[in-house]
Amino acid sequence: MRKYLNVFYIALILLFLYAPILTLVLYSFVDTPIISIQEVFNKGLSFGLYKKLFTDGDLMKIVWDTLLLAGIVAVLATVLGTLGAIGIHYSRGKFGKSVSAVSRIPVINAEIVTAVSLVLLFALVFTESRSYFSMVIGHLVITTPFVVLSVIPKLKQMDSSLYEAALDLGASPMRALFTVVVPEILPGILSGFMLAVTLSLDDYIISAYTKPQEFHTISTYVYGAMAKSNANSSLPALRALSAIIFVVIIMVVVVGNIRSRKKEAK
Amino acid sequence: MTEQNTQKSEQKHRKFRIAFSRKQLCIPYGLFLVLFVVFPLLLIVFYAFTDADGGISFDNFARFFTNTTTLSTLLISMLLALATTIICIILAYPVAYILAKSKLNKGGTLLMLFIMPMWINFVLRAMAMKDLLTLLGIFRFNNYLNVIIGMVYDYLPFMILPIYTVLVKMDKSYVEASKDLGASSFQTFRKVTLPLSMSGIASGATMVFMPTMTCYVISDTFGNGLVTIIGKLIDEQFTTFQNWNFGSAMALVLLVIMVISMWITGSFKSENNARGTNI
Repeated sequence: MRKYLNVFYIALILLFLYAPILTLVLYSFVDTPIISIQEVFNKGLSFGLYKKLFTDGDLMKIVWDTLLLAGIVAVLATVLGTLGAIGIHYSRGKFGKSVSAVSRIPVINAEIVTAVSLVLLFALVFTESRSYFSMVIGHLVITTPFVVLSVIPKLKQMDSSLYEAALDLGASPMRALFTVVVPEILPGILSGFMLAVTLSLDDYIISAYTKPQEFHTISTYVYGAMAKSNANSSLPALRALSAIIFVVIIMVVVVGNIRSRKKEAK
Repeated sequence: MTEQNTQKSEQKHRKFRIAFSRKQLCIPYGLFLVLFVVFPLLLIVFYAFTDADGGISFDNFARFFTNTTTLSTLLISMLLALATTIICIILAYPVAYILAKSKLNKGGTLLMLFIMPMWINFVLRAMAMKDLLTLLGIFRFNNYLNVIIGMVYDYLPFMILPIYTVLVKMDKSYVEASKDLGASSFQTFRKVTLPLSMSGIASGATMVFMPTMTCYVISDTFGNGLVTIIGKLIDEQFTTFQNWNFGSAMALVLLVIMVISMWITGSFKSENNARGTNI
């Protein structure tokens, strides 16, 4: 009885979380600006929105720009954050502690406050406060601390004698770091990287404040189109994009799951 | 003898170099934080306490704390955030508990299902939720209700993860000991499991409370333009009215609220389990 209750509750919450996404997926096959049941019967099911997505040059540019930005940000954040985490972990003094404390500020701080503070900074330093550079910095500020947070636990779990053993066997500190420490903490680095990609893709507020005027990420484009409630916008085509992202994610999770099952079986 | 000595000094030298080089790795990140986190926050403080001409003034704060619109917006934001946080705790705790304790979550697959929605753009998801609520006919009742539904929808995973992490790590022998000593399941939960998972609830609350007070994307999407939260007021000062001093003053008020809420939740000794970093 209790087991069924558990399953029922989990299913209910999953329904709450997935219903909107499934609506998006379903209506990605209905070429209409309005989501309503009637429209399904009026317009019927088609791949029209998918065609629109891939043939709309502006929209494809926005998608690629967003992905490229997330990629650049995630690589930089992972390098900066991993080095930072190693530094924080091995420095016992006040320096490491204060870096780690400051690193928590962007995590807890309201995004609008972070965004506004960066606007003040860039307006002070540059004549044109919005640039690709300022946008990358903005994204780094909100993503790098999460890389640090995901790497530090792995460093704590690591056997510290491994590094010393490598040094005793004649490896240079640099080499010991790359051949011993980095492979040990790789799961943390990878999840940090993934987290940075997600946060960058998802961000609206920081992008809106730091991006160049003409540049658009998916978030700023959608929000802008929504605010204008522009009927002719390419907004519906983004349902097709969400559906594609969703299917890709499911595949990644399923493949990852099968692989981990195989590992367990071995 | 001399050979030994040189070896020793060499060792000493090496040890010094090692310790130095590893700590050094922190320097780029430290510089980055000073330049792009600490200094910009100081700029907020500077702008908050100056007027448009650059002279020192407290007018911004006087304006904030004497104006009923700003004060009621602050109050409404806090109430909305509080309601969202409480609903999130109530909904998320059983989920985290079931995931952590039962065999349903074998290999963490089920947990992945709760994280996956976060990988789809949140503006798109919010829009989809609004469309769905409209479709179901729920959307027309009350704008504040809509906003709370939207916020809970968006931030629920952030509450599930930290609670789950704490529950999974919890030493099972405490629960066994409690049951051996004759406590009922409910008593065990109330006296053992719940207090031990407070740190998870606390870090979940920090991940939900501040964003819900300020994320105007959700309140704009779900509130039909009639629900204004404090984040929106700051946004307006920077985009519409171009009054950076007043905007900075409001940002500083938010910073103070953040520090207070950190101080409160910090007493639960929260660990680094924000936004699924431990997965």
